[in-house]
Amino acid sequence: MPSVEFSNRVYEAEPSESVLDTLLRNGEEPNYSCRKGTCFNCMMRTPDGGVPEKAQAGLRETLRVEGYFLSCLCVPEGDIRVVQAEDAAIYQRALVQSRELLAPDICRVMLEPATPLYYHAGQFLNLRRGDGLCRSYSLASVPNLDRYLEFHIKRLPGGKMSNWAFNEMKIGESVDIQGPNGACFYLPGAPEKNLLLIGSGTGLAPLVAIARDALNDGHSGEVRLYHGSREPAGLYHRDSLFDLAQTYPNFRYTGCLSGENPPLGYTRGRADEVALAELKNLKGWRVYLCGNPPMVHGAKKRAFLAGADMQDIHADPFELKELRTKPRAAEQQKSVA
Amino acid sequence: MTGSIYQQIGGEAAVNAAVDVFYRKVLSDDSISGFFDDTDMDAQREKQKAFLTMVFGGPNEYTGKDMRTAHAKLVEKGLNSSHFDAVAGHLQDTLSELGVPENIAGEIMSVAASTKGDVLNQ
Repeated sequence: MPSVEFSNRVYEAEPSESVLDTLLRNGEEPNYSCRKGTCFNCMMRTPDGGVPEKAQAGLRETLRVEGYFLSCLCVPEGDIRVVQAEDAAIYQRALVQSRELLAPDICRVMLEPATPLYYHAGQFLNLRRGDGLCRSYSLASVPNLDRYLEFHIKRLPGGKMSNWAFNEMKIGESVDIQGPNGACFYLPGAPEKNLLLIGSGTGLAPLVAIARDALNDGHSGEVRLYHGSREPAGLYHRDSLFDLAQTYPNFRYTGCLSGENPPLGYTRGRADEVALAELKNLKGWRVYLCGNPPMVHGAKKRAFLAGADMQDIHADPFELKELRTKPRAAEQQKSVA
Repeated sequence: MTGSIYQQIGGEAAVNAAVDVFYRKVLSDDSISGFFDDTDMDAQREKQKAFLTMVFGGPNEYTGKDMRTAHAKLVEKGLNSSHFDAVAGHLQDTLSELGVPENIAGEIMSVAASTKGDVLNQ
């Protein structure tokens, strides 16, 4: 069995065990969260090379060359020495430019990165507070259209980062950002393809970005956006999306309310159900799904059965998992003491 | 030579063409779709590709043991011969839809049929 060397300690890997799992099994405390290659929190570096291709998928070229990889996806083929990714290589500073409410429990935060960030509309960043607390948020901004990085943050009961963003974060304060991450973005080159965008809650953020990016890029196919919420207040950005539809005749926005008796002008039902009922044949469509995981997984299956090719279905489920870091573990111990 | 079938029908491109057609048929069939309710679609699609590569005679690491392990939970849930036959029927339809010549389709179907014991843990 291959061995994994970390902080001068050597562990033997179990068959088909990832580097991350080997370290966790042996009581190490590396950063990680999703454990399936989505969140990029478990990034590590090896000076030795020879990392399986799969463990570097989605990393930018400079990081790949330097031996960075995702430890949750890396099943070593031979002995490997690993170190936690150097902070400076993967994080950069950004300054808080503004914060405003979009809905009672959703705020918009604008950040200005210290150096320009190259990203695709629809990707996400990891935001890290000074004490190490870290969360993933989708970008709502479009690289060529918007000066600042824009995020829509939903306040969650007991959510440390979201409540901090609502109550304590100061304009001019700096946070660390890592990314861009994720493969749920607009692909130029097929302007005639129809696009179906379905989002719930702040799943709207990356979808608005993708729609604006596509339309600005001269997309000629249909762009249909379905946004779902329980209450009318959750359908934020409604006015600007109607404005966008005025500017671009091939864009259509439908606000869907899953609660009883929606007010006039809203469609009743879950966004994915409304969309799939209206668009029965998705052959040749590109589909983007974003928001709560049950909606995303269910809609993915239904979009596929409605004729969309699997490779044309891009899904970004918001898994609300704690992004673990060592400082937080230390903080917990302190509060117990 | 089963290896030559894989080449004759177009190798990996044939698998990629077949997988969505096949998987869509399987998921649309109410008598079997329930077995796939909880599955990760991307992971499932990769498994379907591996299966199609194997029955097309392409490079694969198929073992009957893997097939048994992979289906053991489904057998507990009631997976039986009629479900296997339904999936085989969808494979047959997929092949004819993609214009695979009958003699080749016949060979592919006999390879698929040979997995029945492993799939059903018999």
